[in-house]
Amino acid sequence: MNGRIVAVYGNMVIAETPGRVVQNSIAYCCRRDGARLLSETIRIRGSLADLQVFEETRGLHVGDEVDFQDEMLSVVLGPGLLGQIYDGLQNPLPQLAEEVGYFLEPGRYIHGLDTEKTWAFTPTAAVGDAVGAASKLGTVPEGIFTHEIMAPFDLDGTWTVAEIAGAGDYTIEKEIAAVTGPDGQRRSVTMQQKWPVKRALRICRRRLMPTEPLVTGVRIIDTMFPIVRGGTYCIPGPFGAGKTVLQQITSRHAEVDIVIVAACGERAGEVVETLREFPELIDPRTGKSLMERTIIICNTSAMPVAAREASVYTAATLAEYYRQMGLNVLLLADSTSRWAQAMRELSGRLEEIPGEEAFPAYLESRIAGFYERAGAVELNDGRIGTLTIGGTVSPAGGSFEEPVTQGTLKVVGAFHGLSRVRSDARRYPAIDPLDSWSKYTGFIDADKVAEVRALLTRGHEVQQMMTVVGEEGTSIEDITISLKANFFDDCYLQQNAFDDVDAATPADRQRFVFDKIIEVLRMDFAFADKEQARRTLVHANDLFFNWNYAATDSDDYKRILADIDAFIADKGESVAAETTAAK
Amino acid sequence: MRKYYDQITRIAGNVVTVTATGIGYDELAVITTDRGTSLAQVIHLEGDQVSLQVFAGTQGVSTEDRIHFLGRPMQVPFSDKLLGRIFDGSGRPRDDRPAIEENFVDIGSPAVNPVTRRMPDKMVHTGIPMIDIFNSLVESQKLPIFSIPGQPYNELLARVGLQADADVIILGGMGLRYDDYLIFRQTFEDGGVLGRTIMFIHTAADPVVECLMVPDLCLAVGEQFALQNKRVLVLLTDMTAFADSLKEIAIIMEQIPSNRGYPGDLYTQMARRYEKAVDFDGAGSMTILACVTMPGDDDTHPVPDNTGYITEGQFYLREGRIDAFRSLSRLKQQVNDDTRDDHRAVMNACIQLYALCREAREKRDMGFEVSAWDQRLLTYGDLFEDRIMDLGVNIPLFEALDRCWQIMAECFEPEEVGIRRNILDAHWPTATPAATPAAS
Repeated sequence: MNGRIVAVYGNMVIAETPGRVVQNSIAYCCRRDGARLLSETIRIRGSLADLQVFEETRGLHVGDEVDFQDEMLSVVLGPGLLGQIYDGLQNPLPQLAEEVGYFLEPGRYIHGLDTEKTWAFTPTAAVGDAVGAASKLGTVPEGIFTHEIMAPFDLDGTWTVAEIAGAGDYTIEKEIAAVTGPDGQRRSVTMQQKWPVKRALRICRRRLMPTEPLVTGVRIIDTMFPIVRGGTYCIPGPFGAGKTVLQQITSRHAEVDIVIVAACGERAGEVVETLREFPELIDPRTGKSLMERTIIICNTSAMPVAAREASVYTAATLAEYYRQMGLNVLLLADSTSRWAQAMRELSGRLEEIPGEEAFPAYLESRIAGFYERAGAVELNDGRIGTLTIGGTVSPAGGSFEEPVTQGTLKVVGAFHGLSRVRSDARRYPAIDPLDSWSKYTGFIDADKVAEVRALLTRGHEVQQMMTVVGEEGTSIEDITISLKANFFDDCYLQQNAFDDVDAATPADRQRFVFDKIIEVLRMDFAFADKEQARRTLVHANDLFFNWNYAATDSDDYKRILADIDAFIADKGESVAAETTAAK
Repeated sequence: MRKYYDQITRIAGNVVTVTATGIGYDELAVITTDRGTSLAQVIHLEGDQVSLQVFAGTQGVSTEDRIHFLGRPMQVPFSDKLLGRIFDGSGRPRDDRPAIEENFVDIGSPAVNPVTRRMPDKMVHTGIPMIDIFNSLVESQKLPIFSIPGQPYNELLARVGLQADADVIILGGMGLRYDDYLIFRQTFEDGGVLGRTIMFIHTAADPVVECLMVPDLCLAVGEQFALQNKRVLVLLTDMTAFADSLKEIAIIMEQIPSNRGYPGDLYTQMARRYEKAVDFDGAGSMTILACVTMPGDDDTHPVPDNTGYITEGQFYLREGRIDAFRSLSRLKQQVNDDTRDDHRAVMNACIQLYALCREAREKRDMGFEVSAWDQRLLTYGDLFEDRIMDLGVNIPLFEALDRCWQIMAECFEPEEVGIRRNILDAHWPTATPAATPAAS
């Protein structure tokens, strides 16, 4: 079905067509040199269809042909997704580089999966079995996982397996089964299937309350503001506060099966870092390269804007696909603000009535819809799969009052707000320990966490007070509280992302260190003067700080632990005494 | 045969709308008026109405002036002959030498495929300790200097241009004062680098559309040199002028403004330029250093704010110094662990101590009692500003690191500086701190 271009403006094209057009279907704008530019129908008015083009529109003319399709923007799902590096429309970037070199070429698309590679298929269903959407038909090994081959996700009602291939090597395009429907219609099944990205893929008995902690290895998150498998969280922060480093650390160390990194409208350099380093990094839990559990969706800021909007949906769909196999998946979206800005650009071109800061009125519902794709589900066979979504937000001017941050805060379960003051003082990760919150429960006793939070709040109050009344006007008790709060901040909340040991702390070690530290925090020091208090806490600081850098159970670790125990045993009195002696 | 169109239906701001058919989006046109000719670029197609932004502005354009289309986007010549030359924002020579008419390349090429980039890992030494130690500049980095008008940002830019080791230097001037242009030219001439420099200069007096072209021209040429295995350094000043030109055109085109009048795609427009910074796997690299003036010293203004989210860090220039707290080079981690084992430790410790010194100063300024510890911090702060932060300091990296240790040793006990034991043991100056005379 064809149409003709009548207007071009930025990445928007208006096409006129006499025939049937499906809202959100895809279309190709045909350039005179033969390139076909992928587009999506986003508005229909009479015989005019407004299209957003996923490429630069340079070289399109009024009168050029538009080829409308029936299908919506979809991704292909099947074995071979893991380890891939895709653009926002699921084109494998390494293959594109092989074909066209350094630069991306508008109109050049490649199938998302290798169609020639064979996979060792083992059937698990038999002829005559009743199946429904997403029922398991067989498996293939994919790296460290057993990849399930499922019945088509759009099957309606109960179907019957009519044919199934025996164990053997097949390509993803080869028929491996056939199913027949209630009315006897036959449907062929291959190992790949398509799914529209903007529709949630969730075939399950029911959604569950997410409760199981997701360990990230970042102490301030796991201890103070935990996240759970199947939950959602957001990281808003001004530029330079460390959002991306935090995401990178999480993508490496998070205790989940599969990580999907959606680099959405951000710097290409950061993606390069991930895709050069991940193949070299070994996942301690599997002994294999981290890349084997990772998919990277990369639509950097220089790449076309409309594809940026699609990229987060592409990522969510791939994540949901693996959840459908009963796996724990983590989707990291960096940054959702860029995605929102892509919506804003488009909305502006459509001349919609703008909302706050010119964002479209439907911004909040789109954000909510995206985060709602997360969740823990009980699959139809009783297994549990989870999808956790963590998104960064880049608020304009660093102010959390702006629409994207506010729209996000309404729908997420945890808020890790990054603070400019902390990042300026190089206190990383710069998550604000007073403003952030989490609705989830972590693996550290909630009462102890509350105790420490109270100390941090009190410490902050004392520090505020001290800026007004000065140190001399502050009692030694208050100063001790402030010093203790600082000590906890320095030695527990802060973490060095670039140190091999300190970058991630496993749950066991976090519990152990936290208990040690809380012993110190609870100690009743009898300081003679403020200088003695400062010296004693500096000493404790030094001990725990170095302890963080020592590999678990190494000699250093044991030696420092002994020092810490000695410090706790004599209530820091020997340090205090030294200070007095030095005077 | 050349086809001319003369039915101009609308003239507003720098945009002209003409009735024409068969015109491609983004195509280039030439408009001939009584005053001469100017280039123009297609920015909107609707039926037979073609809107063009006219590089020289629309002053004096009549409804019957003639336009012909070139059937190609904006291009720039590329050859070694460009070296040492100066052009304006339309690509015309500014130096009274003949135009170069060969090997044209399109400007605004598609994005680089991320998988063909390599990890940046080569430090650019500048001799400025605040950059080399604390925020190392890395080849292929894009880094802006945030500054208020009146700070010596162009001098800093020129100095980095002179001292950094690059094969080709490309200077893009936008809204530049004529004096500043002359100063740049003089500085590069005196520094003996003019022969490997190319300048695209738009001065404040030139038409505003030409300002929009300057980054694209610089980056298109730079990219070609980088593909030929050259290490290119692009200096852009001032990107705020570029953003203001974008705003002007967007408003004329009746786009809905998003924030303080800037168009909603400000981020995308700037990112497309900055993201041209690249280290090609198997070819050369392009590094971008840009000046961004902050109206009212406000980094939440849309231009510095969006820039901060795009670039790999930022330098703040305040009181003639590079600000120690706000400045950040995001790529420093790629290079600062194999310079010297104490580099990172010194970097972190010095800044943390300086932050404590700032608190101590606040206390002192408010008239509170200053403890012995505060006193040491105050001494430290003064020494640090004097011997490290001052922009006049020009020493290599290792010497700068040694100087930091010296300053710390003069002020503190080893366990007070927050550096790990094994590094302290190796680098703490052995002479008793008190006995060391103040070195400089």
